[in-house]
Amino acid sequence: MSILIYAESAEGKFKKVAFELASYAKKVAQTLGTTVTAVTVNVADTSALAQYGVDKVLKVSNDKLAKFNARAYADVIKHAAEKESAKLILVSSTTDSLYLAPLVAVSLNAGYASNVVALPESTAPFLVKRNAFSNKAFTITEISTDVKVLAIAKNSFGIIESASSPAEEDFTPTLNDADFDIKVENVEKVTGKVTIADAEIVVSAGRGLKGPENWGMIEDLAAALGAATACSKPVSDLGWRPHSEHVGQTGKPVAANLYIAVGISGAIQHIAGINSSKVKVVINTDPEAPFFKVADYGVVGDAFDIVPKLTEKIKEFKAQNS
Amino acid sequence: MKILVCISHVPDTTSKINFANGDSEFDTNGVQFVINPNDEFGLTRAIWFKEKQGANVTVVNVGGPETEATLRKALAIGADEAIRINAVPTDGFFVATQLAEVIKNGGYDLVIAGKESLDYNGGMVPGMIAALIGGNFVNSCINVEVDGNNAKVTREIDGGKETLSTTLPLIIGGQKGLVEEKDLRIPNMRGIMTARTKALTLLEPVAATHNTKTVKFEKPAPKSAVKLISADNLDELVNLLHTEAKVI
Repeated sequence: MSILIYAESAEGKFKKVAFELASYAKKVAQTLGTTVTAVTVNVADTSALAQYGVDKVLKVSNDKLAKFNARAYADVIKHAAEKESAKLILVSSTTDSLYLAPLVAVSLNAGYASNVVALPESTAPFLVKRNAFSNKAFTITEISTDVKVLAIAKNSFGIIESASSPAEEDFTPTLNDADFDIKVENVEKVTGKVTIADAEIVVSAGRGLKGPENWGMIEDLAAALGAATACSKPVSDLGWRPHSEHVGQTGKPVAANLYIAVGISGAIQHIAGINSSKVKVVINTDPEAPFFKVADYGVVGDAFDIVPKLTEKIKEFKAQNS
Repeated sequence: MKILVCISHVPDTTSKINFANGDSEFDTNGVQFVINPNDEFGLTRAIWFKEKQGANVTVVNVGGPETEATLRKALAIGADEAIRINAVPTDGFFVATQLAEVIKNGGYDLVIAGKESLDYNGGMVPGMIAALIGGNFVNSCINVEVDGNNAKVTREIDGGKETLSTTLPLIIGGQKGLVEEKDLRIPNMRGIMTARTKALTLLEPVAATHNTKTVKFEKPAPKSAVKLISADNLDELVNLLHTEAKVI
């Protein structure tokens, strides 16, 4: 069972999730006694993949793929999988990869499981553990097809270095004109700020902050930590912060290494959205706030007093440890 | 314009999740079921099209008789007709195959499905439908506008948004943003009464494979108690985050 990964990139550079995916693939390949092939799109220098155990790289260079296009990228992955006779195809849990993965699965008659949080529990039958019920539970899912597609949840496995010397091969899959029936007209990206999707640390705040004018101290703490900012649902509903920052069951899931919740009581829907985060810190005036039940560390007190002090402490720590 | 809205029947977001029969089944005891929130945004957008531009809105669900209350709610909100495909929705590919069959036979211009259901979170059905029928598809959709045969669609991307142009027929995987939360419709008495007279068609499923199967459920391991730190001793918090949690 050879393994193919789609090593996602942006502006010619691999995303960090590509290395996590390669690490996961390497581990599965070792179990199965097989190799890992990565397919890349418009990445000139793919040498970074050698640090994570990739055995072969299929390099696709095509100006028509300069902007992400789910159907065309799915075709690339399909053709790469067929060329390599790959039985296991792995993608990350980015918005783009989750867009293309079902297309790949159907085109290869493959069973597909997303939100996979651990190595396969068994390979015959093929069983994987995945997040379900908005992170309130897991399912053990059996995939019964010969070819399988998995989307690995962010930060669920980690990055493990494993040196290799991958063979590189230029790869030119045939693409259909119909692949380009959807045209990108405009892209608006937040620049100069850590986004929730990329963040290792997220600082989030709720109604306890009393108004949007008080978000400066949250942004200061996030800046000191190199973190993204986020908010609870009521805050985005009130228009204090943009919807794109709403974390929770109907907003964004957060699987950060550190999630700091300030003035958020901890509604069940919010907790579901952050359950996959590794370490949770809660700052709240109410010692009975439900969020304390799921937190690792808690500080009971006034955010307006604590957050600026914590920011200073973090800055001091960074200065001493830089 | 003919619009099809795919509806999942899911536990309310406040539900506590439990399992029965040796963790092999989801325990529905005491659980309130609702229209999947991502589908609800799509349904409201479809009703918006109906009111602003003229459209016929059909809702469809793959599920047993217990899901008819959810379909009736969608009718009460303003959908014109409903279809229930009489099968247990255990696998995303199986569900997508059933929905693709309805779409092939129905001649829909716009198909709206939630980008994922809030129970199994597979996030696969909209894309699989598109792959099965070969239609234009946009996922994580936060806005859709239709002008004649042309559509302008905005989707969320990591760290921003992207606007795309395409043509009908179109399939979208929708989410919050298709409409504002405050604009979601609640059925009124007139809507509830009218819904009783609207057509709810029952279809039997077509043959399709199940590629995946849930063999067991698990709940997260219980957490150890929170470590409380004095507000006057934030150095300790920084120290614990560095030495114990190893996250800074």
